Amino acid sequence: MRLWILIVAAIVLSAISLFLGATDISPKDLLDFNSVEAEIFYISRIPRLAAIILAGIGMSVAGLIMQSLSRNKFVSPTTAGTLDAAKLGILISMLLFTGASYTQQIIFSFVFALAGTFVFMQILNRIKFKDAIFIPLIGIMYGNILSSITVFFAYEADLLQNIDAWLMGDFSLIIKGRYELLYLSVPVIIIAYLYANRFTVAGMGEDFAKNLGVHYKFVLNLGLALVALISTTVLLTVGVIPFLGLIVPNLVSIFKGDNLAKTLPHTAVLGVVFLLACDIIGRIIIYPYEIPINLTVGVIGSAIFLMLLFRGRAYAK
Amino acid sequence: MIKVKGLSKFFGKKAVIDNVSVTIEPGKITSFIGPNGAGKSTLLSMVSRLLNADTGEVLLETNDIRTIKSDEFAKRVSILKQSNFMNVRLTIRELVSFGRYPYSKGRLTKEDLKFVDQALEYMNLTDMQDRYLDELSGGQRQRAFIAMVIAQDTEYVLLDEPLNNLDMKHSVQIMKILRKLVDELGKTVVIVLHDINFASVYSDRIVALKDGRVIKEGTTDEIINSAALKQIYDMDIPVQEQNGCRICVYFNSHS
Repeated sequence: MRLWILIVAAIVLSAISLFLGATDISPKDLLDFNSVEAEIFYISRIPRLAAIILAGIGMSVAGLIMQSLSRNKFVSPTTAGTLDAAKLGILISMLLFTGASYTQQIIFSFVFALAGTFVFMQILNRIKFKDAIFIPLIGIMYGNILSSITVFFAYEADLLQNIDAWLMGDFSLIIKGRYELLYLSVPVIIIAYLYANRFTVAGMGEDFAKNLGVHYKFVLNLGLALVALISTTVLLTVGVIPFLGLIVPNLVSIFKGDNLAKTLPHTAVLGVVFLLACDIIGRIIIYPYEIPINLTVGVIGSAIFLMLLFRGRAYAK
Repeated sequence: MIKVKGLSKFFGKKAVIDNVSVTIEPGKITSFIGPNGAGKSTLLSMVSRLLNADTGEVLLETNDIRTIKSDEFAKRVSILKQSNFMNVRLTIRELVSFGRYPYSKGRLTKEDLKFVDQALEYMNLTDMQDRYLDELSGGQRQRAFIAMVIAQDTEYVLLDEPLNNLDMKHSVQIMKILRKLVDELGKTVVIVLHDINFASVYSDRIVALKDGRVIKEGTTDEIINSAALKQIYDMDIPVQEQNGCRICVYFNSHS
């Protein structure tokens, strides 16, 4: 799996994504800034592409960091309660402040995502039976408990529809002015790359990290904070995208191993390729209408996930 | 020289290590032996800073180890714990390169690469350096970890039961390598060992622990004799001399 092939694939898919949609846009239209086509291009198509790229990179890198730090191949923001905790955070911000501002929602959802993931890691520490499949099952149960709390209070407060909106990952609503929060993940990814070696070392266990003079607790907490931040920004702009943070890092790991300094670029670009491909498929199938991304990713992702499970019990141990 | 002074560690109210003082002499292999639950691994963990002591201190040369910066400490003392579940897919070369982390923080210099190559060569791993750890046998993996410690280039090398899960052939291989580290590279090696005969044949000094205390300490000859062993293990163990090695025949002893 070569990086330049992935990059070329990402560029080709990006071009397709830009010129695919209900309105026919040709590159010529873009020269005339006042045309309707150009307006759609700049207000809808480019933001949509940018959102897909940022979310694709963010969720796969977040998954990679979590799998490294938890030392389990099947732990990701969707299987460790991170996203469910973030959702609970948004709900609580809406309950506490009527018509909570965007900033309040961000802060609450970030703090809850962080705390929720931290609690999961604590649970992980206490479990002696560290089976590759057992751990994410616990994560999913834990996430569902958080989720049911959210649904209960949302139902009481008549906010259930809002909750459903976050559940459904969807890029069709992304227009200029509604996705810029995602740019927060750019510095986060840069930090993740700078710390890639430390994440790998921490992934070998606390004793191993200490032997090499790495501050294990600091690296662990930093990693969890990065994951929580990425998850929050994606949740608030796009919604939940299942499986992405799970299968992309695993596919890369099979071919390139677990040395994060080496695999992080591959993981990021493959995340973009995968998400772009799913988005384009969703836009073609019932053209000119479209299927939400979480459905296409869900179907394709679960198929790949099952393949990983059958192939990988030995490999994931 | 590492000096342990009045070290104690409590788990709850029970003292796992009870006022232990021990000196580890440089350029020698020192083995920690003793019955299960004697506190051997706990003591090793405290000497290597993986665990904090409740009372007492550990001196590296003249400095209290708690005052040494962690990357500085990692250049002087390395510790290998038993790694039972290693599911990280790294190649041997990548693992050994991490041994240089205290020096280069992951951006390997030419000098680092030289150390990595030498360590691989020394452990006979050059040919298989690109294989993943999860594809190796237990003995090969243990060699890869020791190669990493060699690349880490510390004066002190601490190992917690390095022979765990290894068969006879690989156990002998590992012990010979540790002997070479001391004799050829001038390292100081401290090992926790279960098998008293490996301790007898390969170590220079032996520290015997029991119930969290040092019950006997001295050269191998001073410890490997029936009288001392009786004290340590509560067993009558005959000691026989075979090809210049003292072998403890404990298999059918009365206790």
